[in-house]
Amino acid sequence: MNKRAASPARQPTDWQTPAMQRRVRRRYAAERRFRAMGVAAVFVSAAFLIYLLATMIGQGASGFTETRLALPLDLRGHVVVSPAQLSGPTADLALAGAGLENAVDAAADRAFPTQGGEALLSDGAWLRVRDAIKRDPHLLSAPITLDVPVATDIDMAYKGEGNRESEAAVAALGPHLSRGLNVNFFTGADATDPTRAGIWGALKGSLLTMVVTLALAFPIGVLSALYLEEYAPRNRWTDLIEVSINNLAAVPSIIFGLLGLAVFLGTFHMPRSGAIVGGLTLALMTMPVIVIAGRNAITAVPPSIRDAARALGASPIQVVFHHVLPLALPGILTGTIIGMARALGETAPLLMIGMRAFIAAPPGRLTDPATVLPVQIFLWSDDVQTGFVEKTSAAIIVLLVVLLTMNGLAIYLRNRFETRWK
Amino acid sequence: MSALALLFLIAALGLIGWVVARARAARFRSSPARRFSSLPQHHGWYVAMWTLLPAFVFLAIWHSVAPALVTDAVIATPLGAALPPPGLDRAAILSEARNLANGDAWGAFHPLSERLAPAYAAAQSRYDWIATTVALLLAFAGGAVAFLRVRPGFSARSQVERVVMGLLLIASLIAIVTTIGIVASLLVESARFFQIVPITQFLFGTHWSPQVIDARDPGAALGAVPLFWGTFFIGAIIAMAVAVPLGLMSAIYLTQYAHQTTRRWMKPMLEILAGVPTVVYGYFAALTVAPAVRDLGVALGVRWASSESALAAGVVMGVMIIPFVSSMADDSLSAVPASMRDGSLAMGATSSETIRRVLVPAALPGVVGGVLLAVSRAIGETMIVVMAASGVASLTLNPFASTTTVTKQIVDLLTGEAEFDSAKTLAAFALGLTLFVITLLLNVVALIVVRRYREAYE
Repeated sequence: MNKRAASPARQPTDWQTPAMQRRVRRRYAAERRFRAMGVAAVFVSAAFLIYLLATMIGQGASGFTETRLALPLDLRGHVVVSPAQLSGPTADLALAGAGLENAVDAAADRAFPTQGGEALLSDGAWLRVRDAIKRDPHLLSAPITLDVPVATDIDMAYKGEGNRESEAAVAALGPHLSRGLNVNFFTGADATDPTRAGIWGALKGSLLTMVVTLALAFPIGVLSALYLEEYAPRNRWTDLIEVSINNLAAVPSIIFGLLGLAVFLGTFHMPRSGAIVGGLTLALMTMPVIVIAGRNAITAVPPSIRDAARALGASPIQVVFHHVLPLALPGILTGTIIGMARALGETAPLLMIGMRAFIAAPPGRLTDPATVLPVQIFLWSDDVQTGFVEKTSAAIIVLLVVLLTMNGLAIYLRNRFETRWK
Repeated sequence: MSALALLFLIAALGLIGWVVARARAARFRSSPARRFSSLPQHHGWYVAMWTLLPAFVFLAIWHSVAPALVTDAVIATPLGAALPPPGLDRAAILSEARNLANGDAWGAFHPLSERLAPAYAAAQSRYDWIATTVALLLAFAGGAVAFLRVRPGFSARSQVERVVMGLLLIASLIAIVTTIGIVASLLVESARFFQIVPITQFLFGTHWSPQVIDARDPGAALGAVPLFWGTFFIGAIIAMAVAVPLGLMSAIYLTQYAHQTTRRWMKPMLEILAGVPTVVYGYFAALTVAPAVRDLGVALGVRWASSESALAAGVVMGVMIIPFVSSMADDSLSAVPASMRDGSLAMGATSSETIRRVLVPAALPGVVGGVLLAVSRAIGETMIVVMAASGVASLTLNPFASTTTVTKQIVDLLTGEAEFDSAKTLAAFALGLTLFVITLLLNVVALIVVRRYREAYE
């Protein structure tokens, strides 16, 4: 009592004095500045994403189209093939043997002698003629005009990015040129000529690799998640397992590439560049992701489910496989899809195990040399030909679409099937 | 018989065993009241298990020893006496003969291998038949023995469940095996490297130019300090200078200020940033950001403005890390007890004062842990630096100059045409080991920091 009386009488703060008013204004200004910084941070991040996507779409959109030249062709007398040869599997060989490629080149020389002749045509132009003839053999017996793909210089010039020489050629060709969807981009494999390069080879390689990854990482990941959450006794060994899983999830991906190189290629002598080695390496990388997602999903299943099953006489294995696992499955699947999406976009470890070779034919088996979509993007980005710039961006668009679809599917699964336990 | 056909045959035997045993066990049910420990399908699984497991285990073992047995058989033939003494020649001839016998090759360099090829093929087919017969016998015998044990009182369930538990344990041991595999492969190759180059020279040498290695003193060109500096400069300084402020401020804005709707749209947007593959960032950095940075450097009058600058790679890497930092910050901010925040607001502090003086200091250990994890991720990142950074190592403080990183050098060293044993390829494993140890340490420290902080509030 005495103490309080001894202190000087405390006055309420007078907020109306000019000094206090200034102070309040300053504090509110600081508040607004801070808030603006937050908005700016979010805005910068979003702007970067939009800029990145816009750049890729702007550059890549033209990669899905090709420029075609209306080529007058008269193959009578130049290409002699009997109708019997044209039906059946020998048609390709027969037409190639009859000198179709030379005949097409000669036709270009005759039709456009001043604009560049056969140099106008893509390496794959005669293949287009061949396919047309196989569909309709009568094309051999009459003068015709066919749309065939042009060489990469002309293609680039027609799309507005060529050098002066090819732009002159485009101007001279004028109405003979047209644009169309580049179907070959979706059906072909890598090629040295950008107008012939396609992504199907790389996409198929990705597919084979992902099949191996999924077949290994999913069962192993789910089983270890079940063991660690449901059965594992708490001891030094299970701690060791936990620590290694958590660390593996944080190990840089390139280290897994070194592991694949030293163990799968160096020790077990597996086929270099094969999809199976890539799949194994990515499986080791994806497994910890699935284990961690799986454990979270399994812990979310309430204990009452387990107790009820035990009370009805189910064995520990039956409790888990009949009740816990089905309930946790949506969460596990979500984690698996996210892990697979990460593996699908991964490049560095696959470079280590030699999946960067030039692969001109889609791989047929798991042991065939293969490449994957991200590595194909990397290889094309290194190519000096200007025609590959749009192909790189177009391949990136395809990759992003696939990844966004996978992530969207994961989000959909999570929202649709995840049980919210009370 | 081809390996695949044999596997299918054994699997079919297993299926038959499953069906038959299940049907037999199902008949017990009609017998007068008794207590059963197992369902019919447990008996089915029990028989299938005994059909499949012994045969598969045998095939797995056989597959690893058969090549040696076949080679021994070939050497034991009269033709084998003509082989040169053990050494490179002998191995080359044998491997050629094997390729000829398998149809993997059409011609041979050594005339002897052409003569050996038929013997090889004969030995191989003989051993194949032995393997097929033994595997099928094992499958059949295992299945039959198991089938005889299918009786009403037999507890098939506990047997099957024991095997399932074993499978679960094996699955979780694979994580340990992988870790051991990583550590062992890195250690073994690095040990070979350190026999050629002293470890001190590698860790403390300041000159790195693997393109020109002097065979007498390979260590002189393999000093990794410039790489460590480049990695630190790009991943821990430049990238973090971008990612920490942007990530932290985004997290603060989205958790403390933003409207519910904004939050619902902006958070997935940031997550997309995390889902973009690194090769796309790398391409973007090399194609768009790097030329812009070089032009900026030239405009600023920097002398060594490179189109493969540390700044371009670092900035793009920072953007890639933003969502990571942001979600870590988000977690630690929301772990701060609401009472602290409410108390500060009740005392009349503005929101920003509360955030800066109360929330962020309270969440600081979590944020620091998150930043450490982000650094570990940034220095292990490969594709951005492979595509946007330079291959020339230099000790420089200039962000516009070219620098290189550990991961970039690993890729460069291993994708050349050098043979597997040279100092160059082994150096890649030594770099990998260093990277592994550093990221491991960063992760452990980060986890300790985060865990200690969490305990404080719970």
